[in-house]
Amino acid sequence: MVGVVVVSHSERAAEGIVEVAAEMGGDARIEAVGGDRDGGIGTSMDAIRAGIEAAADDGGGVVVLVDLGSAVMNAEIAIEKASIEGDVEIADAPVLEGALNAAVEATNPNATVESVLEAATDAREYRKL
Amino acid sequence: MVDSETEREALLAAISNVADRLTEEREYLTDLDSAIGDADHGANMDRGFEAALDRAESTDGDAAEMIKTVGTALVSAVGGASGPLYGGSIMSASAELEEGITPETTVAFAEAYLEKVRDRGDAPVGAKTMVDALVPAVHTYKKSIEADDLPPLEALRKAVDAAERGVEFTVPLRAKKGRASYLGWRSVGHQDPGATSTLLILEELLQTTEQYVDSEADGDSDARDATAPAEPAIDPDDAETENGDAVDGEGE
Repeated sequence: MVGVVVVSHSERAAEGIVEVAAEMGGDARIEAVGGDRDGGIGTSMDAIRAGIEAAADDGGGVVVLVDLGSAVMNAEIAIEKASIEGDVEIADAPVLEGALNAAVEATNPNATVESVLEAATDAREYRKL
Repeated sequence: MVDSETEREALLAAISNVADRLTEEREYLTDLDSAIGDADHGANMDRGFEAALDRAESTDGDAAEMIKTVGTALVSAVGGASGPLYGGSIMSASAELEEGITPETTVAFAEAYLEKVRDRGDAPVGAKTMVDALVPAVHTYKKSIEADDLPPLEALRKAVDAAERGVEFTVPLRAKKGRASYLGWRSVGHQDPGATSTLLILEELLQTTEQYVDSEADGDSDARDATAPAEPAIDPDDAETENGDAVDGEGE
């Protein structure tokens, strides 16, 4: 199964986004990663790396959803350093809508990293009004 | 070309000098960052280079390996975007030092570092970021070595001058990248903290290189103790003295 990692500057935001995504894609493997290494607002490369490795444990690959700025950069380095089987991709997508789409697609038995990434990226087109 | 023991000693001295300088300038960087950011750049850089020095001291590897551990430590210990920008770029660029520290490898390192920072940060020149100090410094260094055939120490001096002008250039700019960009026009009139910390690091690299090149010439390089506390290296011409009371030398 393709794993999903949600990275936010806030641990509570990451957990909340995973909670929303799990409502629709409850069987997906989703990891929430948030906050800096002291629990403040920020992101931690080491925590993201651990999240990717946890989400990747069955070898199906991982799609990472990120919020802002350092979340993207730390996720890039975490991917370089993570020791896992399978591909890892960062989705260029809004974090909540993308995570929800990704979780739903990940529960599809034919899902691949590409299809989950595409589902997440589709969320870019969603308009609110 | 120096032997690997002197190279290691000089590198540790450089990292130690940078760490000390960032401790001294912690409040100054924090002040700059509180004007247009989240007031953590001083503490983050101080903590980062303390961790980097620790790790580098306990590494037995060659120059490339040592610099790579510096990058790894910075990624883990520096928060915000500076961790991945400084640390991730140093990690990647360290591969250029596998043949040791020479004029050619340091140009390659500087170019690889700049490329990674630009790639990861996606910031053009003029967006009020560390790129504004880095681009003129790296271009000047490369030109001085490759086109003008200057000695490395002279090339590094010119690079530091170029970085200093780049830092001054950030003051009137409107931020287009990073947290300061959320302030829009209100970011104008403030010096960029990331460009400033880039300059501080380059100044310490120059300072350390001067010590080692001079001591090489005097033939007493073995007498130097790389673990000794570094002299405070505040040059009266430093950019920060233009900011009134910014330099107070206190670590906390």
